[in-house]
Amino acid sequence: MTLQLRFFTDAEFEIVSAAAERLIPATASDTANNHPGARAGGAIDYIDRLLGAFAVDPPLVFAGGPFSGRAGGTASFADFTPLSPFEELAWRTRIEGSSGLVEREFNGPVIGWQERYREAIAMLGEDFTTLDGEEQDRRLGAQPEFREMLYTHSCEGLYGAPEYGGNPDGSVWGAIDFPGDVQPRGYTDDEVSGRA
Amino acid sequence: MPSPTGTTDCDVVIVGTGPAGATAAEVLTAAGWSVIMLEKGRNHLLSLEAPFDPLGHVSNDEIKFLRRHYLGPDPFLEPRTFRRRESDGDRLFTGDVNNLPSTVGGGGFHADGKLPRFREVDFHARSELGPIEGADLVDWPFGYDELEPYYAAAERGVGVAGDHTENPFAAWRADPYPMPPGPDMFCALLTSDAATKLGYHPYRAPTGVNSVVFDGRPACNNCGFCGSFGCPIDAKGDPVAPLRHALRTGRCEIRTESIVHDVVMDSTGRRARGVRYLDADLVEHEVSAKHVILAGGAFETPRLLLRTGLGNPDVVGRNLMFHFQTIVLGVFPYRLHGHRGRSVTHLMDDPIVPDDAALAAARDAGLSYFRGGIVEHGAAGHPVTEGIHLPRGAAHSQMMIESMMRDRMAVFTMQGEDLPVASNRIDLDPHVRDVYGLPAGRVTYSPHRHELACAEHWAPRLESVMREAGADFTFWTTSPPMEGSFADRPGFVAPISRHIIGSARMGTDPSTSVFDPWQRLHGVENIICTDSSVFPTSTGYGPTLTIVALAIRAARALAGLDPLRSSGPAL
Ligand SMILES: Cc1cc2nc3c(=O)[nH]c(=O)nc-3n(C[C@H](O)[C@H](O)[C@H](O)COP(=O)(O)OP(=O)(O)OC[C@H]3O[C@@H](n4cnc5c(N)ncnc54)[C@H](O)[C@@H]3O)c2cc1C
Ligand code: SF4
Repeated sequence: MTLQLRFFTDAEFEIVSAAAERLIPATASDTANNHPGARAGGAIDYIDRLLGAFAVDPPLVFAGGPFSGRAGGTASFADFTPLSPFEELAWRTRIEGSSGLVEREFNGPVIGWQERYREAIAMLGEDFTTLDGEEQDRRLGAQPEFREMLYTHSCEGLYGAPEYGGNPDGSVWGAIDFPGDVQPRGYTDDEVSGRA
Repeated sequence: MPSPTGTTDCDVVIVGTGPAGATAAEVLTAAGWSVIMLEKGRNHLLSLEAPFDPLGHVSNDEIKFLRRHYLGPDPFLEPRTFRRRESDGDRLFTGDVNNLPSTVGGGGFHADGKLPRFREVDFHARSELGPIEGADLVDWPFGYDELEPYYAAAERGVGVAGDHTENPFAAWRADPYPMPPGPDMFCALLTSDAATKLGYHPYRAPTGVNSVVFDGRPACNNCGFCGSFGCPIDAKGDPVAPLRHALRTGRCEIRTESIVHDVVMDSTGRRARGVRYLDADLVEHEVSAKHVILAGGAFETPRLLLRTGLGNPDVVGRNLMFHFQTIVLGVFPYRLHGHRGRSVTHLMDDPIVPDDAALAAARDAGLSYFRGGIVEHGAAGHPVTEGIHLPRGAAHSQMMIESMMRDRMAVFTMQGEDLPVASNRIDLDPHVRDVYGLPAGRVTYSPHRHELACAEHWAPRLESVMREAGADFTFWTTSPPMEGSFADRPGFVAPISRHIIGSARMGTDPSTSVFDPWQRLHGVENIICTDSSVFPTSTGYGPTLTIVALAIRAARALAGLDPLRSSGPAL
């Protein structure tokens, strides 16, 4: 854990890490590229920033542009962009739930991700981190919808841009041999057409 | 013709800033007209102040563009619904249904811009090839020859790079493309060489992306975040080019976060006075105009017509077409680096021109013929998308390193012609609402057996091409999924096609069409539509160049400008 937590408690962070690690484990350390597991790949830091997006202003929803600085240009991804009122409505509803507010319930009530994570963590149990893998899988398997959401969010964290909180310094991109964002440098014609 | 006079806010109000609206704005401002464009989405495309430079919002960012709806519409705020047929009940699915970006520039913003022309026969397939039972196939009210100079103008305006000598099936044309093709992607070189060996005719895709500096915009630098992303350096022409041209005249105003919810008619019901829209605070405004142009795209235009009760009620929303996509995937033993380049660099038209084998397969399926569509030679997606599609658990991380679903994958997408069927339609969902309180658009759609038989015929042939190119392993699927196939899962039933066509067709007979051959609403003097709602058929080609060509034609006619004429078949 390298970043300051915005939503999870330390204990919750440990439980979600253990759960996500079952879905995305590290490769054996003797493999050539060594893909980190969900925790070291920053998945939970990413999820923490998603669930705590509105703890800062502008909220951590849309990274800035046009360049990250990794391929030249001035680094601007880390300057998150302000949301329009409707975007704020959508993202608050998704994250916080509709909480009985009429403007969020035009198609009915919505349970937010914060609540879904907290409930799922409670069901995984305080002892989750001490269990063996098989029992952890069983408890995760009892909540298939949560498992799917956790997996999707973990993939976003690991393989998305580092400015969203995961993929520390692009290390996961390195492991899977993906160069990430490349503007403004781009690729030469030879790099596009050649085998190498 | 001088600009119409009187006391209105503008000469013409345009609903939507995608390729259809932007093109109309360019033509009309050049003719001296004043234009107000209303766009329900936000502006991330270009500064609305001179010199109309890029805003710097666009980036190589998979999270922002593919996971968080940066370009809108957010399916929570603007849900759409889907069912296959009425017997499914009110809906099978609510959420993202064929969403094209809702933002200044519309879907042009994140299209990767393969911009081929249609073929001559596409405009009179019904009379040349014959009717097909169960489909409402009609001829277009004009032919390719009339449209040719508008296609040429569209290619010059947008900036299309291509080589006119390569595609043996292409329609005649008077001029070469304004730019040479950009660099070929490695994976497309493998698959197009293999296709040539097997007797097919791949060619470098005409693409609305600069291969050289053009119209003051730079050449593409092949960043690879192309299809489904915006271009950070403005190398994609549509719709930056027409919008910038329109804005430079000083006669074009773009109002963003402004959703048109009503068209205001005069007491005779034969003339529009303007439109009403809601702003970001849900405050209602009215714009008065001498003409109204509908360019919200072929999903939103019929939705607006249905809400306002305009247009022939027996036809509006019906004959909705997509492209029936046959997706053939090949896994290679080595890396293809499909993340370098413009997403797709080669096409082939062979399935559009039936050969003996295709005719025999059609007869076996009880059809006199079938026609597929362009085959796009492309690469797989980006790593978040790959991760989500791979299995979770022990094998996941090693599979990500080996990357069979991304870096070692080549993809053919056949954009199969989708026949018009009256029961395939857009209407208003009885319960689901958008954030503005308006009824959601609902799609009722299932493919005709023409599309299914054609996909089943071509998929194994395209798999053979993949294997010839070096793939160890191939498989195929379709969108929408064939019922009962492995891909037929809840949540995935709606077509992912972003080509939306035909939902308010044009024709000469007001009893069977909504717009006339100049795209004017039948029975109303001053409403025209410049988007693909008006297309009578889908053809097997991407719609956008034809949208632009038709928009130039309709807008020039509206402004009283002379029709464009071609110097005739030179090439
Ligand atoms: C990833 C991707 C790749 C594609 N690739 C290709 C390709 O290679 N070749 C090709 O030919 N096509 C391609 N397309 C399709 C192409 O984007 C569309 O055909 C094209 O954008 C349609 O243009 P349009 O102007 O008719 O509608 P749109 O582009 O949909 O624009 C309509 C605009 O109107 C606005 N609007 C709608 N209703 C209202 C209202 N009531 N009030 C205010 N504003 C409103 C919308 O917000 C939107 O911005 C692709 C699309 C995508 C998403
Ligand atoms: S590949 Fe080229 S056109 Fe596409 S987004 Fe990158 S620079 Fe722009």
